[in-house]
Amino acid sequence: MGIIDRLRPATSLAGMVFALMVLGAGVAAAQEPIRIGSILSVTGPASFLGDPEQKTLEMYVERLNAAGGVIGRKLQLTIYDDGGDAEKARTFTKRLIEQDKVDVIVGGSTTGTTMAAIPLVEQAQIPFISLAGAVGIIEPVKKWVFKTPHTDRMACEKIFADMRERKLVKVALISGTGGFDKSMRAECLKVAGRYGIEIVADETYGAADSDMTAQLTKIKATPGLQAVLNAGFGQGPVIVTRNYRQLGITVPLYQSHGVASKQFIKLAGDAAEGVRLPAAALLVAELLPDTDPQKAVVVAYKRDYEARYKSDVSTFGGHAYDGLMLVVDAIKRAGSTDKAKVRDAIENTHGYIGTGGVVNLSATDHLGLDLSAFRMLEVKNGDWALVK
Amino acid sequence: MSAESLQFVAGGLTTGAIYALVALGFSIIFNASGVINFAQGEFVMIGGMSAATLFASGMALPVAIACAVGAAGIVGLMLAKFAVGRARRADVVTLIIITIGASMLLRGLAQIVWDKRIHALPSLSGHRPVELFGATILPQSLWVLAVTIAVVAMLSWFFGQTRLGKAMLATSYNRLAAELVGIDVRIVLLASFGLAAVLGAIAGVLIAPITFVSYDSGVMLGLKGFAAAILGGLGSFPGAVVGGLTLGLLESLAAGYLSSAYKDVIAFVVMLAVLLVMPGGILGARTSARV
Repeated sequence: MGIIDRLRPATSLAGMVFALMVLGAGVAAAQEPIRIGSILSVTGPASFLGDPEQKTLEMYVERLNAAGGVIGRKLQLTIYDDGGDAEKARTFTKRLIEQDKVDVIVGGSTTGTTMAAIPLVEQAQIPFISLAGAVGIIEPVKKWVFKTPHTDRMACEKIFADMRERKLVKVALISGTGGFDKSMRAECLKVAGRYGIEIVADETYGAADSDMTAQLTKIKATPGLQAVLNAGFGQGPVIVTRNYRQLGITVPLYQSHGVASKQFIKLAGDAAEGVRLPAAALLVAELLPDTDPQKAVVVAYKRDYEARYKSDVSTFGGHAYDGLMLVVDAIKRAGSTDKAKVRDAIENTHGYIGTGGVVNLSATDHLGLDLSAFRMLEVKNGDWALVK
Repeated sequence: MSAESLQFVAGGLTTGAIYALVALGFSIIFNASGVINFAQGEFVMIGGMSAATLFASGMALPVAIACAVGAAGIVGLMLAKFAVGRARRADVVTLIIITIGASMLLRGLAQIVWDKRIHALPSLSGHRPVELFGATILPQSLWVLAVTIAVVAMLSWFFGQTRLGKAMLATSYNRLAAELVGIDVRIVLLASFGLAAVLGAIAGVLIAPITFVSYDSGVMLGLKGFAAAILGGLGSFPGAVVGGLTLGLLESLAAGYLSSAYKDVIAFVVMLAVLLVMPGGILGARTSARV
């Protein structure tokens, strides 16, 4: 009896507070921010991915908010650094979902961190846009998972398509033993047949090897050789390119998108002349013809990023830009942050132009890029030139 | 010999000469202190990185190389004075662990002082390959081979003829006796690290035009150089050269004639086989080979 008496003022107070909250909620809903969560590998071995991604997200969320937000609501960005650790990525994803109650998640810099987050977002039913490379993220299609970066299989296909056009069918493959190299080698071997390409030699080199003349001498002696493809990343491809010229091999040399940066030309010097490789439009922003649908987007992103951070733009930051803008575009079309509606809107994205390419998503394709996302480049006079 | 196999040999000799230069650094410090210096690869990296950045900032190539070698020498002296020297009463295993720590520290510092990117240095005499019986060799490879030979000759003279060199050898044979006859072992330790660092840096600037250089390029080179030193006989200078060239040739021939995927495996299996028969290495001290 006494207890209830004593509780009465407390319960009525609680009731008043509750009533105020309910009243207030109606007003607050209009200003309730759109919560965007992100897990990125800002530090650690994959920091070359996470660092530009973080910078890009922060810059554009700031800009969108300065312009009045999206559907009248401000954006609230929560970024956690997983340091490239899949276990941490899992914990932070959980936190984004349960504590921060985010509406959508953009991120997962690496395939490992992305795969760790997928079961959680699928269970919580939150739209998730990954920034990592592997085909496995979207194959088989998972209802709530999308991704923006092109895959190494597409790079292989782009290269093989170009070879077929030049009537080069007997191709030697040389690749490193690193993760990127191995994965691309496997994808290339898988799709070669589809383009009528015959792999006549398949050599490898170690990540820290200083001389590849032995492998290349062997390749040079392969009968009927018409072209060489080097799937690699880092200094290996540069040494391959130099050794290639040293040995006087004359058939065309193709490199992968893994070395698509000015750095490659600088290091390989004259030896790089004539080398072809597929690259994202972002790297050759200024070279694109004005008629190119992507030109305006990539030039603007490059200018904004380089002006703000005083460092060269990278395709990785571009993936984050695409992820954020896809979400913003979908929320605008959905007119709300209802998770199912936003997911459906993302899946119905059609003709969206990003830094990675023209995106056409569907129920069966959660990447939405075709081979036009890659541009075939050739090194001419110490600079990139668009093929055709 | 066909042009093809000659090319394998040429490639192998170039790589081998690089391993040999690194192996020499291991042997110098081992001779003077009994320590295996696992930061030897980092000296190579510091030489290459310093030269590359100094050259990129507009310094003339010979000056950049001289400064880089000097800078590495100073790092070597500091390592001896502040890390190894302070713990000189500890046993050899502790000192070896200290050098492992030092190598991690130097790699970390290199990431901060420079960056994580790959750097290049121009060749001493152009990129145009020299043709030799159908095989092609880069002029820079000839430089590497020539300098390796010159360095070995100078080291033999230094340890055979000069007071400091003899003092270093004496210390390695018997530290207490060396101290008793008036040799300052602290100076010997300093000199050995300084010399090894200079040698590593020379290797670094010579190979940077061929293999490029980044903050972590010393790791693998250090490991291969150590393997070469063991193969040739730790502490023996001709042994370091023989070990380096053998390892380089093994890798190249294995890649050319057998399988490029297993070239390291093949090279190391042969190395193990050699050490089973000759535990002291090809040209190592015969004492340990006595049956």
